[in-house]
Amino acid sequence: MANKVNKAGSISRRRLLTTVSAGAALAVSPFRINLLQAEEAPIKIGFPVPLTGPYGAEAQDQVRAGQLAVAQFNDAGGLNGRKAELVVRDDKLNPGEAATRTLELVEKEKVNFVVGSLSAAVQLAINNVTKERGVIFNSISQSDAINEAADFSKYTFHEALNPHMTSGAVGRYAFAKFGKKVAFLTADYAYGHEMVRGFLEVGKEFNVENLGDIRHPLGTTDFSTLLPRLQALKPDILCISNFGRDQQIALKQATDFGIKKSIQIIAPLLSHASRVAAGPQAFEGVVGGCSFYWGIEDKFASTKAFNDAFRKMYDGKLPTDYGALGYGGVRTVLEAVKAAGSVETDKVVAALEALKYDYYKGPQYYRKCDHQSVQSVLVIKSKSKDLRNESDVFEVLSTEEPNEKYLRTCEALGHKS
Amino acid sequence: MAGLSFDLIALQLFAGLALGAIYVLFAIGLSLIFGMLTVVNFAHGAFYMVGAYVGLYLISIGGNFWICLVAVPIAIGLFGLAVERVLIRPLYGRGIDYPLLLTFGLSYVMVECVRIAFGKTGYPFDTPEILQGAVDIGVGYFPLYRLFVIGATAVVLLALWLFLEKTSFGLIIRAGARDPQIVRVLGVDVSKVWLIVFGIGTAIAGFAGLLAAPLQGVIPEMGGTILAEAFVVTVVGGMGSIGGAVLAGLLVGVVVSMTSLFAPEMAKVSIFALMAVVLIVRPQGFFGRAGLMS
Repeated sequence: MANKVNKAGSISRRRLLTTVSAGAALAVSPFRINLLQAEEAPIKIGFPVPLTGPYGAEAQDQVRAGQLAVAQFNDAGGLNGRKAELVVRDDKLNPGEAATRTLELVEKEKVNFVVGSLSAAVQLAINNVTKERGVIFNSISQSDAINEAADFSKYTFHEALNPHMTSGAVGRYAFAKFGKKVAFLTADYAYGHEMVRGFLEVGKEFNVENLGDIRHPLGTTDFSTLLPRLQALKPDILCISNFGRDQQIALKQATDFGIKKSIQIIAPLLSHASRVAAGPQAFEGVVGGCSFYWGIEDKFASTKAFNDAFRKMYDGKLPTDYGALGYGGVRTVLEAVKAAGSVETDKVVAALEALKYDYYKGPQYYRKCDHQSVQSVLVIKSKSKDLRNESDVFEVLSTEEPNEKYLRTCEALGHKS
Repeated sequence: MAGLSFDLIALQLFAGLALGAIYVLFAIGLSLIFGMLTVVNFAHGAFYMVGAYVGLYLISIGGNFWICLVAVPIAIGLFGLAVERVLIRPLYGRGIDYPLLLTFGLSYVMVECVRIAFGKTGYPFDTPEILQGAVDIGVGYFPLYRLFVIGATAVVLLALWLFLEKTSFGLIIRAGARDPQIVRVLGVDVSKVWLIVFGIGTAIAGFAGLLAAPLQGVIPEMGGTILAEAFVVTVVGGMGSIGGAVLAGLLVGVVVSMTSLFAPEMAKVSIFALMAVVLIVRPQGFFGRAGLMS
């Protein structure tokens, strides 16, 4: 046994020596740059996101900001002159489609990394493919399951918030302020289920009473038959855990039904792109969470720099929450590539684990056991008056600072401590 | 969950009828075109979506919702006339699947064109100011705009009924649907009749799209979901029967609403369960003529 280990060790040492000497020879050669440019393909980052379908608005922002991270990396000289490239695919918000596209990205496009997804369910399908093929996947969409030992692999990173953190932050704010009787309207898939679980968990600290949870399928366009029942429950708080177009329509119709008159609506996540697509009336007064809002630029230099670069690239447009995740997801991987000086998976994994970064929203790092990005959660409220520009949509009510105590423990997730 | 009061059940029933009114309005155009032309118009959802976008455009250039109520059906109706004349007419007499495939493809082209012109992202569509808010209907509060939609649907149905039953042109349309051969022998230009029927059907689709816009906003894919539901309504009501579409639309609305009350997860499935039951008991639907598809 010991023999074997030694043998393996000596081989890798020999290999290392060859590589180093070859590299050194190349480094002194006058043809170095030419050779690199001629022979080295770009660093490819596969980017499967649901461009069409109910989450399309958010997905397009993910792509825009992802492109910005790539452009910045390339403008700064890339990896010793080697440029990066984003390979975008439409996963249509469908796990099967996403798995096929990801497999294609890995096998045919030979991408070095995969960043992307926008669905608690679809990202698990992508993760299944990447983990099997040993490709790094940085997910930029909410999920609790992806942190858990069953789905996790050392190649899995999670730049987005997870439902536990998000609902925790929003719940701590809302239950203290608006009341203890809560009813839920929930998208019937992983995202909604994980959010409700998170709310009920934090609700225990506040003795919250759960009046009922009505679930609707993803892609519902009419909530008129669900709203009277919710209204009849007479809650203090109606918690609507859905996303994208579902969120837009649910809030619009809840407003039409006059629910806001007597009930405070909260949402685990308020999406910037959805607020813009639905208009100010529908979202007015709704309290929710988010991972990023451009307005925190007064607080963080990194946010200001990110906003300015985004504005410059996209005619004065400001980045959204999910856009920022696209940026963060791609940039962390590329910075890790730079730190590792290589695109080799194991080295980049180590570099990502070692990263202490502040690229767009204040300090963050990937927790060692589950590669969850430990970061702040913003609690925001949607405004409808005194809007300074078309991106002036939210007001930041409070910030939950990055702290591992707001995450589920590594042991609870099934990781060995 | 907490107990069911009489008011809640009554309100739920009403919500179902209101939802049904939207299904009826959408399905009626589909049913009209099928009944008269035996064309299964898969582009019906796309006409509906374009109707909403035309309304959005008219409002952005200074129009208002009331102007749109008139202008949108006219614009979409004219568009429908052009589609019938150029694309559908050459396919008459070639079997039911030809126009079906054509309109199926056309719907993709229309959705893609709207994506190019307006972008993939949706737009908000504000409810006209005087129709905003909820009113007390005795058993609870209900959005005023939804009441308006019920009224608008009733007006469209009444106008359509008067047109088909009480005018001489309506008589020709009904005769043409029953036996085009004889109508042609009598010296009537049947192709003109079909042209107008297609135009009316698409105009109603555009009108329905405009009315749906303040309920859910505007997005290129908005015609897709409702098309499936409208086909259920048409099949349950009987392909080609307008009275059947009205009854089935309201029934589907109430079934969805009542299922939502007791088992919300089953609401979407309940529509198809209803269709399956009806098809087993009465394969031609409530008022359908047997053999129309053959």
